[in-house]
Amino acid sequence: MKRRGRLVFFLISAAAFAGVYLWGLKGLPAVGHYRGPYGDVLNQVGTYERHVTDIVTAVNFDYRGFDTLGEEFILFMSVIGGTVLLRRQREEEKSEHKDESLDDKSPERQAPEPSDATRVLTLGLVGPLVVFGLYIVAHGQLTPGGGFQGGVVLATAPLLVYLAGDLKKFKQITSHTLVEVSEAVGAGGYLAIGLAGLILGGSYLRNVAALGTTGMINSGGTIALINLATGLEVAAGFVLLLYAFLEQTLEIRLRGGK
Amino acid sequence: MLFLQYTILSFVAVTATAVVLTRDPAKQAIGISFYGLVMALMFFIFQAPDVALSQIVIGAVALPLMIVLALTKIRRQEEEQEAERKEKKAA
Repeated sequence: MKRRGRLVFFLISAAAFAGVYLWGLKGLPAVGHYRGPYGDVLNQVGTYERHVTDIVTAVNFDYRGFDTLGEEFILFMSVIGGTVLLRRQREEEKSEHKDESLDDKSPERQAPEPSDATRVLTLGLVGPLVVFGLYIVAHGQLTPGGGFQGGVVLATAPLLVYLAGDLKKFKQITSHTLVEVSEAVGAGGYLAIGLAGLILGGSYLRNVAALGTTGMINSGGTIALINLATGLEVAAGFVLLLYAFLEQTLEIRLRGGK
Repeated sequence: MLFLQYTILSFVAVTATAVVLTRDPAKQAIGISFYGLVMALMFFIFQAPDVALSQIVIGAVALPLMIVLALTKIRRQEEEQEAERKEKKAA
């Protein structure tokens, strides 16, 4: 298609989109004027029914827990897909020209050692970051946050180790069998908690655990448990991806005389 | 409050356009990280702290990280292919 034709095509579709979009915008309620009854009802009864103070988490992991189960498995499958795709390349290289691909790199292209300032800052942040991630995971039912957010925070901790230049430690952490096991246990844990609801309460994902006192860390029943499982799964999933992406780089840099 | 909302919305529009107009993928990854941060601020100003927290970890950290890692991977492969081609020519 010529430039002119493309432009005409773009202008027509842009005009059509703008029309439909503005038409749709006209039907939206004004900011702050929520119409539906669902959110209002949950805001009223959520705290009494589930003993939680963050209704968003109650919706995500209880009232609409089944949706979130699907979301968790979307992440699970994409992590598996990513690792499988990257793994095949790795094995091909190993079998065919293992030594060339790793050794014939020009040595002056080595990544520079991180400075002392970087090393101190990154390694010093690992501890607080892990604590903060666990805090976000564990307080999902009380304050904004939960398994998904806290899990990603946790997964950035090994990355800081990588940035600090401690490649051996990074490899030890990320290639550990425990990461794969955690991924599976986290994903399976959600399913298992749902099944427990089915067996004990008569419907899948029913909140059957003790609800505890509102405002305490053990409140929310299965909401807190599912958050823990999700946090485990998300953290392990991201760590698995990190290793899959960085494995080749790691091998080259570790062989490079370090 | 309304002023804040308008300001942050225009920030989102500007950063999003900037990301689209950036042509170099590596620079784009940095841009999208900044855009993720602005988006998180927007969700916070519109009183959605849960979403803001997800946005900050996914949009400002995880997504740019995955892009940069993928770029590294692609570049390494291209370099290897280049090296192989040169070897064949020499032989």
